[in-house]
This record gives sequence, C-alpha cells and structure tokens, in this order.
Amino acid sequence: MSKYLILIYQDEAVARQAEGESISASYQEFQRRRGSSLLGGAALHPSSTATSIRRDGSGGFAVTDGPFVESKETLGGYYMIEAADLDEALEIAKEVPAGVGVEVWPVRVAN
Amino acid sequence: MPRAASTEVAAAVADAHRREWAFVLAATVRVAGDIDTAEEAVQDAYASALSKWGGSGIPRNPGAWLTVTARRRALDLRRRAAAAERTLPKLVGPGEPGVDETVVEGMVAEDGDSGDIPDDRLRLIFTCCHPALAFEAQVALTLRLLCGLSTAEVARAFLVPEATMAARITRAKKKIAAAHIPYRVPASSELHERLDGVLSVVYLVYTAGHTAPSGADLMRRDLAERGLELAGLLRVLLPHDSDVAGLLALVLLTEARAGARLNGNRDVVLLENQDRSKWDRQAIEEGVALLREALAARPPGRFALMAAIAAVHDESGSWSETDWHEILGLYDLLMERWPSPVVQLNRAIALGFAAGPAEGLAELDALGAEPQLARYPYLAAARGDFLARLGRLEEARVAFEEALILTDNDAERRFLRGRISELTG
Repeated sequence: MSKYLILIYQDEAVARQAEGESISASYQEFQRRRGSSLLGGAALHPSSTATSIRRDGSGGFAVTDGPFVESKETLGGYYMIEAADLDEALEIAKEVPAGVGVEVWPVRVAN
Repeated sequence: MPRAASTEVAAAVADAHRREWAFVLAATVRVAGDIDTAEEAVQDAYASALSKWGGSGIPRNPGAWLTVTARRRALDLRRRAAAAERTLPKLVGPGEPGVDETVVEGMVAEDGDSGDIPDDRLRLIFTCCHPALAFEAQVALTLRLLCGLSTAEVARAFLVPEATMAARITRAKKKIAAAHIPYRVPASSELHERLDGVLSVVYLVYTAGHTAPSGADLMRRDLAERGLELAGLLRVLLPHDSDVAGLLALVLLTEARAGARLNGNRDVVLLENQDRSKWDRQAIEEGVALLREALAARPPGRFALMAAIAAVHDESGSWSETDWHEILGLYDLLMERWPSPVVQLNRAIALGFAAGPAEGLAELDALGAEPQLARYPYLAAARGDFLARLGRLEEARVAFEEALILTDNDAERRFLRGRISELTG
C-alpha cells in the first residue's frame, strides 16, 4: 500500500462564503464511503487567514500575509489516504466533492 | 543445437530485438519490480545472446530464451540491490516487502524454453500511456520501452537534444515508481477511456513519421513504421476492439499512399497529382476490411471515421472521380462528436472541392481567428490554393508566403516556394 496526499482546491470566493459552516453533507458522505482508505484530513480556513514564512537566506525570516501563491483557486483542505496504487488513489480522489478539483501527491517513504 | 556463424547470430539478435523487445521487457518487468532494472536485464540478455548463440546455436524460440535469460538477470540484480541495502544502516524498519525469491525462481524456471510465457505487453502499453504522465512523456516511453528505440533515437525522432529526451524519460520513470503507477491492464469499466489515450499516442507516433513537423525530409519512415507496428501490435492484443481496428485501418489506408507522395527529386506530390498505380493495393484491401469491422460499431469511433475518409481517396480511380460529398458527410460526423479547429479546416477544404473554391474559401476565412490555427501552415496553404483557383493570384501569393513562414519541413518549404514562383512568374 502507498500513501497519497489529496489537496482539495476550491474557489476563494466560495470558500469565504462557506466560512463558519460545518462540514457539508457531501464530504460526510465521501468520508463514510471511503473511511477505510482515509488516514487523516482537515478543512482549512480561507487563504486570507494563512501566513507565509520565507527564509531570507541570512538566518532570518520574512513573514507575510497570505499563501505563497495567490490565485483564484485556493487550498481548502486535504486528505491523507492509503491506496494500492495510483489508479486506486485517483479513483478515490475523483470522489472528493471538491469545488474546483484536487491534486494527488505520492508521499515519500523514508528508507 | 548447431553452431551458428557470427553474421547469422548478429542478424538473429537484430531480428529478435526488432520482434521480441517489447515481449521480453514486458515479461521481465514483473520479475524486476521496476522498469530500470528490467531494461538493464533485457539489455544484458541481448548482449549475452550475441556471445552465446554462436556456440550453442540460435534457439528455436529466441523470445523465450531472451525472456528466461533476462528474468534470471533481473533476479540477480535484485539480489545484489537487496544485499547492498543490508550493508547500509537502516533508518527505518523494513518498508516495502521484499521479493519472494522462491516465487520468482519458479516463474523463471517453469517457463523454460516452452514459450508459454504470459504476454505482458498490454500491461506495458497501459503503463507507458498512463494519463498521469505528460503526453510527450507517454510518446517517448512508448518508443523507448515498446519499440526498443535508444534514447538518442527517440531524441532524433522529435528533434530535441538527447539530454532533454533523457531527462524527460527519467522524469517519467521516476513518476511511475514514486506515484506507483500500476503495471496492469485497466478494469473493463475504464478500459475504453484509457485505450483512447493509448490510441492517441500510437497515432501521434505515426503522424509524426508520416509528415515530419520539421527537418529535411517530408516523412520519417522509421517513425511511420513504428506507428504501423504499434497499431498492428494493439490489433493482435485486442483483436475484438473496434477502435483498435479503426486506428489500424486509418494507418494502413494512409500508409498505402506513402510511396506516391514524393517524386524522384523527393519533392512533394499533391494527392491530386499522385500516380495512383504506385499506391499499395494490398494495404488498401487490408485497411478497407478492418474499416468495415470498425464501422460496424455504433456510433463509429473517430479513427474509423478518419479511416473512412482515407478510404474514399484510396478507392477513387482518379482525382476527378473523388466523392467529395461523401467526404464532406464524414467530416460532418467527425465535427458532431470530435469538433476541433483542424477537423473544421479539413471540412472546409472538402467543401471547397464539393461546392466550389468560393464556398471553401469563405469557410477558411471564418477560421482565421481560431487561435489553435494561428501557427498552422495548412490553413494559409489551403487559402492560397483556393484563391489561386479563383484567379485571385496576388492574394494567393501572400497566403503561400504566410504558409512558408510557418513551415519547418524542407520538402514542404520547397513545394510552397514552387507555388509562389508559379504565381509571380
């Protein structure tokens, strides 16, 4: 089995509207159906609440408001999953009721 | 087995490379566990064939001999890698389960020389053409792993530096390993969709050979032949699939005219002026039979429709007898389900021959704003041709000059210069 990180992207405007709402029924349904493959996950506050910290190269830090990359699509949450291979991971990822879409990243195994 | 002369051995190994490479590699991947190890083992097997077949004679079934040898070698390589790992301090406990050597030994031994090794080539095809890989990487991997081309040969085929191609192939293999792209034929529920991706890769290999995007020659025969071979291989592996039949029909019906596309000076000869007695009748017959099979599927697939268009030309006795209304109808069907600016362009050309150059030109002009065609030389060339037929010679010359700027293929450039000098002369 391999681990994959599913990054869930949504429209920033939609994310702001939904702030404060509890997790939607469609996500609850997804988690029920795919519970056995889910290792963890969380929903995030809108990107306007994020803070970026970049090393300045001389031992200090530059702290700025917002994520590294500002875009219309924003990270809204993630799942860590376990799957037999990429095909199974993609099958699970397609069921995530994401507003915009998801990215599937294989997780490195230390050896 | 009788001893064999060294020239005979070299020829037999070259022949086995051509015919059996994909089979041997595909059968070795399962034992090797990863593509790089499998490739190394298969290369070693071919090298040992060169040195051993002289003494032992050329085996009755070279593919089976090479597969067994490559699998043994892959097993050795894995054992060696495992031993090397044991000498390193382990940071974490055992992660991936090791190979069960007794199982693998069994796989090697039971096959023997009997030739009943399972055909894994379809798995290899679906791994190379996995949609999670960039399309250009799918094409490169297919040529490298299924056709056995060296990285340098793949680089030359697409006119990119060898280092660029090597990096592209390495990146794709790393993704296969890191993301665990499976070595498996997709489940029947996704087979159709995944197969369409495979067919697109094979078709691109063929078209890149049929009309080279750039370079000295109109055609890259090596690539066109690989495309034809791959389409034929898919037909062998999936004999009942109508889309596969459609693709092979399309390739055969297009390839049938290849011998008439250049004259003695290697200049482009338009379909209109080709010597039709040079067309390959056997390929046309075979293509038409496959096309009938492909068209039996309702609704017909895009490759079957494109093959049907090629068949209208192939079966027409002369240019003037071409049934342009039939061709136009086929382009309409293509546009209904697979609309694209290129299909629209070809439809406009067919309309020009069916209804007259003024109608064709009007359709072409409507496509002028299409961003996908902005750098497509055939739009300007087709405009030039219709303008010339309408007697608007100055505008035709300007259009051909525009096409010339956008064309990188030397043979096509010579053709366009010829049209321009006719109009200025």
